[in-house]
Amino acid sequence: MPRDPLVEVRDLSVRFVNRDIDLTVVDDVSFRLDAGEVLCFLGESGSGKTVTMRALLRLLPPHARIGGSIRLAGHDVTAMSERQLEAVRGPVGAMIFQEPMTALDPVFTIGTQIAETIVAHEAVSWAQARARALELLEMVQIPSAARRLDAYPHELSGGLRQRAMIALALSCKPALLLADEPTTALDATVQIQILLLIRSLQKELGMATIFVTHDIGVACEVADRIAVMYAGRFVETGPVADIVASPAHPYTAGLLRSTVSASTRGERLASIPGGPPDLTDMPPGCAFGPRCVSHGAACDAGVPPLIPFAGGRASRCLLTKEVVHAGQGGGSVSREAHM
Amino acid sequence: MSADRGGPAQPILIVNGLRKYFPLRGPLGTIDAHVQAVDGIGFDVRKGETLGVVGESGCGKSTTARLLMRLIEPDAGEVIFDGDPIGHRGISIRELRRNMQMVFQDSYASLNPRHTATEEIVFGLRVHGMGSKQAREQAHASLRLVGLEPGQFGDRYPHEMSGGQRQRVNIARGIALNPRVLILDESVSALDKSVQAQVLNLLADLKDRLNLTYVFISHDLNVVHHVSDRVLVMYLGKVVEIGPVERIYGDAAHPYTRALFASRLSMDPALRVGAAPLSGDPPNPVRPPSGCRFRTRCSLATQACAASEPLLREIAPGHQAACHALTGEMADAA
Repeated sequence: MPRDPLVEVRDLSVRFVNRDIDLTVVDDVSFRLDAGEVLCFLGESGSGKTVTMRALLRLLPPHARIGGSIRLAGHDVTAMSERQLEAVRGPVGAMIFQEPMTALDPVFTIGTQIAETIVAHEAVSWAQARARALELLEMVQIPSAARRLDAYPHELSGGLRQRAMIALALSCKPALLLADEPTTALDATVQIQILLLIRSLQKELGMATIFVTHDIGVACEVADRIAVMYAGRFVETGPVADIVASPAHPYTAGLLRSTVSASTRGERLASIPGGPPDLTDMPPGCAFGPRCVSHGAACDAGVPPLIPFAGGRASRCLLTKEVVHAGQGGGSVSREAHM
Repeated sequence: MSADRGGPAQPILIVNGLRKYFPLRGPLGTIDAHVQAVDGIGFDVRKGETLGVVGESGCGKSTTARLLMRLIEPDAGEVIFDGDPIGHRGISIRELRRNMQMVFQDSYASLNPRHTATEEIVFGLRVHGMGSKQAREQAHASLRLVGLEPGQFGDRYPHEMSGGQRQRVNIARGIALNPRVLILDESVSALDKSVQAQVLNLLADLKDRLNLTYVFISHDLNVVHHVSDRVLVMYLGKVVEIGPVERIYGDAAHPYTRALFASRLSMDPALRVGAAPLSGDPPNPVRPPSGCRFRTRCSLATQACAASEPLLREIAPGHQAACHALTGEMADAA
C-alpha cells in the first residue's frame, strides 16, 4: 500500500490581487516530500521561492490567492480555517526566517517565547514548558543554556539568535521544517555552524526540511533534491548532485557557470545576458526564452511543461530529450514523474 | 586623470597606524565605551593591482574604506596618496576624492531618488568644477562605458532600473572623474548571481581600459579569489594577514584565515563540510580580547597570546601574518 507523502503539492499557484493588478507570482508548482527528506528551492530574488514556501503554511498576506492543492500530513491546507491552521503551524510545519532579530519578539526572553509556544500547543504546565525550553536550547548547542533562557534577543549574537529561533521552531516537534534563507545574514564561520546544526537535527529528528536559498553552495551542503525556480515556476528538479554535475535546463547551466569559484580566477565569467523577466510583462512561452542561448521559435509557442527524464529528474525545456541523450549515464526511472 | 607623480614603484596608497574608535553613548549622553572598529592598521596598495579585503561583519572592512575616502576622520594614523599625505600638508580632500571614488553595496540607497542617471553623474562633475555641457557629455560617455545606452537609460530614475542597472550607474558615477583608485565596498554582494557575473566582467574591463587600481572589499571569498592580486584579511579591527592571492588561498598562515577558508561551502554534495572549523561568533569589538584578538576562538592559543599582541611579520616574500605561533614568540614568552 503506498504511503501518503508528508507534503503533497499539486498545481500550486499564487496570485497577488488588488484593485489595480492581478499578478501571478507562483505557477504550476507540484512536488511531494517524504519524512526525513531535504528539498531546496533555489532561485534568484523574485523567483517565487519564498512565496511557494509560505503558501505551505498559508503565511501569505490577505491579498494573496492560492490555487491548486496543498496537503501536509493528510491535512488539506487550502481548505482550512484560520483556527484549524493553528493546529498545523507548529506541530506539523514550523518555519525559521532569515533575520532572527525581526522574527523573535524583542520584549520577551528567549525562554518565555519558547515556553509560551509549547503551552499554546500542548497540555503542559508552565514549569514543564520551561524545562523543555532548556532542553531545546541545549539541543541547538547554545552554551550556558540555563542563563540564556532569561536573555532577550538583543543580548545574543547573530549566531545565537539564529540557534534560539531554531529551538523555537523545534518546540512543537514539527514533522516539517521550513527554512527561509536561515544563514544568508550570517558570517561565513557562523553560517557553516548553523548549516551543520540544521543538518544534524534534521537527521536526528527525522524531520523533512524545505530550504529556500539563492546560494547553490548552501544547497550543496544540505539538500537531497533541489527545485530550481525561475519567474514563479520550477524549471528543473532532481537530486542535487546530478543537477550540479550536469544541469539540464539552460537557466540552471547558466547559473552554475556564472557562479564564481576558485577555478574561474582570471577568466571572464560566463554570465547570463539580461535580467529576470518582469512578472507583469511575461514573455510568451518559456520565461527564460529571451535570455537563452538555445532559444528557438518553438519556445515562444507556449510555456513548456516540466519534462521528466531518467534519474528522477525533470526540466522545463523543450530541448530536455536531447540533453538526456547527450548527458550522463542513466539512473533508474523517476519514482515520481513530476518530481 | 592626474599625473602619475611617484612612478610605478610608488604605492598609490600607503596606510600607517590608522585607528578609528566610535563612541557609545549611555542614556545620559556620556561616553560609556568605544567600538574599536579599526585599531592601528597599516598596509599599502600598489599601482594597478586589485587588493581584496576580506573579513566577517564588524572586522572593520567598511570603516577602513570610509577612512581611505575620508568620509570619516581617523583618530590616528595617516593615509598617503601617491606620495602625498592627505590634509593641509599634502593633497586636499577634494583632490583626493577626484582621484579616488567609491561604489557601495546598496545600489538604491547610494543614488539620489530625485536624480536621473545622467543628473546623478553630472552632479558630481559639477561639484568638481566642470561646465554643464561638458559634464553632460562626460556623463553620457561614462554610461556608455558601463554598458548603459544614454538614450535609453540616461533619463531613468533609480526606481525605474533593476539592481544591476543601478549598480552600473553607481560605477559610471565612480569613473566619471577619471579617478585612479576605485574602492568597491561589497559592490556586487547584493546582486543575483547571474547579474553579479556581468558586473564582475564589467569591472575587469574597466580596470584594463582606464588603468584603475581597485580596493575590493567583500565577505564573499570566492569573489575575492576571482578578482584579487593580493588579499588583506581583517579580524576585529586588525590586519591578521596580507599576501599574494595564491599564497592566501593556497597556503594561508594565520589560524583565522585558515578557519575562514575552511568555512567555505563545498559546492559539491559529495564533499560536504564535516565539521565547523570555529565555534561561536566573533567577540564584541567594544571589548576585544587582550593580546591577540583571535585567541578566544583559536585552537593554538597559549598564555603568550593573551599577554601580548602579535605584530605583522614577513613569513615569505610579500606575505605577512600576525600570529605568535608563526614567529616562534610563543616559545620565547613561555
